Amino acid sequence: MKFGTQIVALGLFTFAALVAAGFGVDEPFRQHMWVLFFVLLGFVAVLIRNTSFEAAAPIDPSAYMDGPIRYGAIATMFWGVVGMLVGVVIALQLAYPDLNIQPWFNFGRLRPLHTSGVVFAFGGNALLCTSLYVVQRTCRARLFGGDLGWFVFWGYQLFIVMAATGYLLGITESREYAEPEWYVDLWLTIVWVAYLLLFLGTILKRKEPHIYVANWFYLSFIVTIAMLHVVNNLSMPASFLGSKSYSAFSGVQDALTQWWYGHNAVGFFLTAGFLGMMYYFVPKQANRPVYSYRLSIIHFWAIIFLYIWAGPHHLHYTALPDWAQTLGMVFSIMLWMPSWGGMINGLMTLSGAWDKLRTDPIIRMMVMAIAFYGMSTFEGPMMSIKTVNSLSHYTDWTIGHVHSGALGWVGMISFGAIYYMVPKLWNRQRLYSLRLVTWHFWLATLGIVVYAAVMWVSGIMQGLMWREYDEQGFLVYSFAETVAAMHPYYVMRAIGGAMYLSGALIMAWNITMTILGYQREEEPMPGSVPTLQPAE
Amino acid sequence: MDYNLMREFADSWALLAMALFFVGAIAFALRPGSRKLADEAARIPLEDD
Repeated sequence: MKFGTQIVALGLFTFAALVAAGFGVDEPFRQHMWVLFFVLLGFVAVLIRNTSFEAAAPIDPSAYMDGPIRYGAIATMFWGVVGMLVGVVIALQLAYPDLNIQPWFNFGRLRPLHTSGVVFAFGGNALLCTSLYVVQRTCRARLFGGDLGWFVFWGYQLFIVMAATGYLLGITESREYAEPEWYVDLWLTIVWVAYLLLFLGTILKRKEPHIYVANWFYLSFIVTIAMLHVVNNLSMPASFLGSKSYSAFSGVQDALTQWWYGHNAVGFFLTAGFLGMMYYFVPKQANRPVYSYRLSIIHFWAIIFLYIWAGPHHLHYTALPDWAQTLGMVFSIMLWMPSWGGMINGLMTLSGAWDKLRTDPIIRMMVMAIAFYGMSTFEGPMMSIKTVNSLSHYTDWTIGHVHSGALGWVGMISFGAIYYMVPKLWNRQRLYSLRLVTWHFWLATLGIVVYAAVMWVSGIMQGLMWREYDEQGFLVYSFAETVAAMHPYYVMRAIGGAMYLSGALIMAWNITMTILGYQREEEPMPGSVPTLQPAE
Repeated sequence: MDYNLMREFADSWALLAMALFFVGAIAFALRPGSRKLADEAARIPLEDD
C-alpha cells in the first residue's frame, strides 16, 4: 500500500501532538501543540487521499530524483516572498511604531520570523534543493535512500512552520538565529542527520570518480551546521511538556557559544553553501568551466580553517577575554584573502564570455551576487577591527552590512540558480520571460543599494551621536534623540526593502508562469539574436 | 581533564596539526601535475545533460 507506513507513523505523531496539547504545562506550549496537531492532521489527510492499493510503478534507478527538488524550488520562492514581506513590515514598524500589533505581531516576535524566514526558510530551501540538484548531476547518481529526500524536504518544512508559529506565540530561546525552543531543535537535528545521510550516501554511490568542488562546499555546510546547531542548543528543558529550556552554558561562555554559532551560521550556511551554488551554476549558465579549479580548492580549505575562529568579533569590548577578541579580529581580517580569491575565481569564470552580461540577465544576476560577495566580505573584516567596531557595533551599520551580504550575495545567487533550474526541472524550453528577469535584476539591485547606503548613513550618524560628549564630559544626545534622528532613514530603508520585495514578486510570477508552461511573446534581449547584414 | 590541560593541548599540538594539514592541503592542490587533473575536474558540470 502506497504511503502505508507514513500514514501510520504520522497518525501516531498527530495523536502525540494532541496529547501534548492537552497536558502541556504552559499556555504557549499547548497552543503550539495545537498548531502541530492541525498541521500533522493535514499531512495525514493529504496522504490518505492520495494513497492507492495498486503496486507502485518501478523506479528507474538511473534517472535523477527531481521531485523534492521541484517542491524545494517552489518552497524557496514561497518562503522568500513571505520572509521578505515580513522584513518590509518590520522596517515599517521601526519607522511607524503604531504598526506594532500586540501581542503576536509586535517587532520582537516578527523580527526572528523575518530572520529565520529569509535565512532558514528561503536560503535553507534554496540550499536544500540546489544541493540535491548539484550532487546528482555532478556525481551522476540518483539520490540515495529512496524516499529519504521527501522526508528531508517535508521534515524541513515542518521545522519552518513550527519555528515561525512558535515565534508568533512568544516561544523563544533568545539565541540569535537559533530562537526555536528545545523540541523544535530536536526535530531539526533529526531532519539534518537525514539530510547528511542523503547527501553523503549520494556521494558514496557516485559514478564520477572525482567529487566536484561544489559538493565539498555543500558537504561542509551540512556537517558544520549539524555541529553548530547541536552545541549551541545544548539546553535543559524545564519540563518535557513545556516550552521553556535553559542553556547548558552561562555568562560569557554562553555568549561566545552563541556567537561561535552565529558567525559560523554566516560562514557555513550563508557563505559555504551558497559558494557551492556559485561553483556549479555560474559555470553552467556561462557554459564555461570555473576559472581555476585549484584556486577553488584553496578557497575551500582556507574558508574552513579561518571562518570557524571569527565569531568573537561579535563580542568586542565585552566580558570576553581580550585575547579572544583579538583572535576573532585577526581571523576575520585573514578571511579577506580566501573571500576575494573566491570572488575573483567566480568573476573570472566569465572571462571570454563577458558579452553574455549584455544578453543574459541571469548571468548579470550571478555577477552582481559575486560582486556583493566581494563587497560584504570586504566590509565585514573592516568592521571586525576593534576601532571600527567601537563606532559600528550596535548601530544600523551592522544591519546594512548583513543585508548587503544577504540581499546581494545570498539572494541574488539563489535567484540566479532558481532561474536556471526551473526550466530544466519542468522540461520547459525557456523561462516565461527574460524581460521580467531584467526587471527583477534592476529592482533588486537598486533596492539593495538604497538599503545599504541608507543604513551606512544612519548607522554612522547613530554611532557618532552616541559617543558625542560636551566639554564638561556629559553625553550630548539622549537615546530617544538618536532614534528620532533616524526616522527618515528608516522610511527610506523600507522603500529599499519594498523594491527588493517587488523584484521577488515579479520572479514568483515569472516562475509560476514558466512552471505552468507559458512563454511570453516578447522582443529578444538586444544582441542575443545576430542581426543579419545585407551582403555587400 | 580540566580547562588548562585542554587549552595547552589546543595551542600546541592541535594548532600544529591544523596548520600542517592546511599547508599540506594547499601543497597537494598545487602539486606538480595537478593542473591537468584540475582542468578535467572543472569540466564535470559541463559534461552533463
